[in-house]
Amino acid sequence: MKYTFEIICMLLIVGLFVLTQVIGNQFYFFIGFVILQYMVMATAWNILGGYGGYVNFGSAGFLATGAYTAVALINFLDVGLVEQMVAGGVIAGLLGLATGYLTLRLRGVYFAIATLALAIILETIVAHWDYVGGAAGTSILPKRKPELFGELIVDRKAGIFENYKEYLFFLMGTVAIISVWVARYIENSKLGRGLNAIKDSEEAAECMGVPTLRLKLIATTISGAMMGVAGAPLASYLTFIDPLSAFNLEYAINAIAMPMIGGTISWAGPVIGALLLGTAQQVSSLWIQSELNLLIVGVVLVVFVIIAPEGIIGWFRKSRQGSGR
Amino acid sequence: MAIFIDLLLNALVIGILLGGFYAALSIGLSITFGLLDVVNIAHPTMLVLGAFIAFLLNSTWGIDPILAGIISTPFFFILGWLIYQVYYNVFEKSGAESLRGLAFFFGLLFIIEVGLIIQFGVDHRLVEAPYIGESWNIVVGEEIDVAIPFRLLVAFVVAAIATLSIHFYLTKTFFGRAVRAVAQDMMALRLMGVDPIRVKRIAFALGVATAGIGGALMIIVLPIEPSVGRLYLGNVFAIVVLGGLGSMSGTLLAAVIIGIAESIVATFFGPSWAPAVSFGILLAVLAFRPEGLFGKTAGAH
Repeated sequence: MKYTFEIICMLLIVGLFVLTQVIGNQFYFFIGFVILQYMVMATAWNILGGYGGYVNFGSAGFLATGAYTAVALINFLDVGLVEQMVAGGVIAGLLGLATGYLTLRLRGVYFAIATLALAIILETIVAHWDYVGGAAGTSILPKRKPELFGELIVDRKAGIFENYKEYLFFLMGTVAIISVWVARYIENSKLGRGLNAIKDSEEAAECMGVPTLRLKLIATTISGAMMGVAGAPLASYLTFIDPLSAFNLEYAINAIAMPMIGGTISWAGPVIGALLLGTAQQVSSLWIQSELNLLIVGVVLVVFVIIAPEGIIGWFRKSRQGSGR
Repeated sequence: MAIFIDLLLNALVIGILLGGFYAALSIGLSITFGLLDVVNIAHPTMLVLGAFIAFLLNSTWGIDPILAGIISTPFFFILGWLIYQVYYNVFEKSGAESLRGLAFFFGLLFIIEVGLIIQFGVDHRLVEAPYIGESWNIVVGEEIDVAIPFRLLVAFVVAAIATLSIHFYLTKTFFGRAVRAVAQDMMALRLMGVDPIRVKRIAFALGVATAGIGGALMIIVLPIEPSVGRLYLGNVFAIVVLGGLGSMSGTLLAAVIIGIAESIVATFFGPSWAPAVSFGILLAVLAFRPEGLFGKTAGAH
């Protein structure tokens, strides 16, 4: 059937909604949000890094752009979460477009370093921007009794969701599923094939008539926008935000490690990586200190890069080919 | 007016001293990244590791930090040797270095940094030595005097010695010329009967070895904590790229430029803007003049 994948996506969104209604323990939504957020980050990173071969070290900068767009909007207009996410996506998408123009001059390593530089410059600027809390950070109180299209969303008695954790989880889950759908769509489209050609050899792609700049701009914009959307609810989730937590290198390393571990060639790679690594981190953070946790991510990344260059997906494909012979 | 000149003069002097210090931090990367094309983004974090080793030796046995840096240098040489061995066998040999090699060094950066946090915590650490804390006042004119902190002066002198000796090693000795030949044409070197991989391995180890002495200078100049390496990342990459990849004299000059720019911004706008200076310069150089001020073409490859 042509639309099998789309139907599965719809069912998954419905499934997420059912989960928020059935499960009473808020802890699952609390950690589920983080895993889903990582899934969006990893998927977004992979569109540019996995398909196009342009490594983004500044993922945290895009995420924080989304988060701080949301904070500025809350201070300015007191809007709801969905509007914050749309705005975060737009602003981070514009930032992505700007980094796309950098690729005109910068290839490979230089692009990667430039994205890192961009993230640190943004962090310095935000740390001096008192309207959003500056270096000390600011507390965010979620809006009471938010409404969307006239429906009361979060309320203990009459709302669709009992509390904010469920609402945030559902929103992030929906975003994650949409991002995966977008990534899969790109992979099978002309854009994805063009990006793959760029990854193999930009000169050759150019010679074959691939509109390299346009494809790169589209990829950086989509990737940036996704990260911005993922970052926008961060302030509401943490109820506090400061540059240190928003620009945390943890996001940058996970956004790279997850696709690398899962496999960068396909949309399923970041999903597998985020589910495995994200769940492992969240669960193990219950009884080991968070630094040790990150150490494990680093070690796993290095080990996978060395022994399994195509990630878990590549591994499966190889073993399937091996047994088929 | 006198105050302005006083501030400016002080900023210039501090900037030049800072520049010498930055040169010592960047020279290793100038070898590994500039000459060998191995993007060791973990270099600043290795410097921090060197700084913590100096801290450990200083606080446990009261060893002078510079001596501690000299002691740890062979250790970093071996570390660099091992890292290149893995890097060559896994990435360079198969030609898959770009994306995976970057991820490899990014992972290393992360492992070292988190390892340091686990071992030492996130507090700022400093070393004790007789020259730390003192400064030297020179009266230039009416209401104008220049204060030179000894810690910066010591760092500058040691950095200058280290940088110049590496410069002469690379330009005057047979092995140094072999390293630069590797950067230009590996095949020609092979035809001359030299094993380019051996040359690269030793050169890479040498680049990493500078993290021993460079790290010691780092903790002499400023108290450090494990994640400070990321801030220096902007400095060292800006310097290496601005200096024109692999040019040692270019590296020194670029380091002084960055040092002065940073010190002037810190004086007139506040020190918290300093990180944005080097990263801003780095971004601008990458975007508008990737070949650096004085050097071979970069960026397009």
